[in-house]
Amino acid sequence: MESKTVQVAVGVFIAAGLAALFMLAMKVSNLSTFSTQQGYELTASFDNVGGLKVRAPVTMAGVRIGRVTSITFDQKTYEAVVKLEIDPKFNQIPDDSSASILTSGLLGEQYVGLQPGAEDKYFQPGGEVKYTQSALILERLVGQFLFNKAEGGGAKK
Amino acid sequence: MTVWLQSLGQAGLLIFERVGRAGLFLLRVLAGLPSLLLQPRLVVSQLYSVGVLSLLVIVVSALNVGMVLGLQMYNTLVDFGAEASLGPVVALSLVRELGPVVAALLFAGRAGSALTAEIGLMKATEQLSGMEMMAVDPLRRIVAPRFLAGLISMPLLAAIFSAVGILGGYFVGVGMLGVDDGAFWSQMQSSVDFHEDILNGVIKSVVFGFVATWIAVFQGYDAVPTAEGVSRATTNTVVYSSLAVLILDFILTALMFGGF
Repeated sequence: MESKTVQVAVGVFIAAGLAALFMLAMKVSNLSTFSTQQGYELTASFDNVGGLKVRAPVTMAGVRIGRVTSITFDQKTYEAVVKLEIDPKFNQIPDDSSASILTSGLLGEQYVGLQPGAEDKYFQPGGEVKYTQSALILERLVGQFLFNKAEGGGAKK
Repeated sequence: MTVWLQSLGQAGLLIFERVGRAGLFLLRVLAGLPSLLLQPRLVVSQLYSVGVLSLLVIVVSALNVGMVLGLQMYNTLVDFGAEASLGPVVALSLVRELGPVVAALLFAGRAGSALTAEIGLMKATEQLSGMEMMAVDPLRRIVAPRFLAGLISMPLLAAIFSAVGILGGYFVGVGMLGVDDGAFWSQMQSSVDFHEDILNGVIKSVVFGFVATWIAVFQGYDAVPTAEGVSRATTNTVVYSSLAVLILDFILTALMFGGF
């Protein structure tokens, strides 16, 4: 009789462990939001990716539709080549859509935003986003602002 | 001077001898694992004493660790108006680090010391040599089931620790401090990756379980068969497993999250 309680307790223990793992997978991580089926891939070249990281979200109208899978540097064009994986549900994105690197909030992480174009043709897997806009580099903006300010101030006097 | 050098050399040789014995012991235990498939009952009773009995201490500490994390992180994050990031902070620190490490430390203290004391006492009361007389290999009959039970229990305990800890953080953050419920979970989901974070945490806990159980059963099997020897072996188990877990944690963290 006692061995039976032991067996039941062990069963409950293993079930609890697996349930905890299942909860971690479904509730805590992004496994449920991102289906295991592979999305299709797009590439986009940027002059400067700023602080963009692999796995950063790709959004359209603020809704997450994919993620960044790799960021590499192309030695021939001196541009950063960003590979985007788009959820296969979203397969009607005009192929003249433009991609820009945006920042969520003032201090938030950077992500890729897609703005829809007007073309009737849609992006095919492996397609390239032709129109891109680089990340805003804060130091450069501040520098430009100061430079303009100094110039303006000099002219007034 | 020569005496000093001699004793130093002797101590060195003893350490290497011990490490060598531990390695050979591990090989023999691993060789004994397949025969356990025919006697799952042995493993089940060990799973009870190693896993089920550790469950309470794991759950209670996880709940408290999660709640403390929730409170402390909230105090820091609220200064930046970023209290919605409480979810990712609690989840990532538990899943990547605290879950496997603290669970392994508790496991070494709760289950590892018990394993060492049990096997050491069996040796001291000559039960192990009695088995050998009856042509029963104590490594297969006694050590292998305990080793396998530790190996199975540890990842499950670490997963339970992380899950319960996150719930603790949720109670404090959302229940007491008024963080938004939806933001807590959705921010967590968007920043915790299944492969990168959760699977690496599971890998860590498997490694820790392997090492902690190995140290525990070896210390017991290798104990000097006296009351003092068994007590020293038990202390050694806790000290060595804790050190091994913490050092391995740094190495594994550097390998997994250090250079990408």
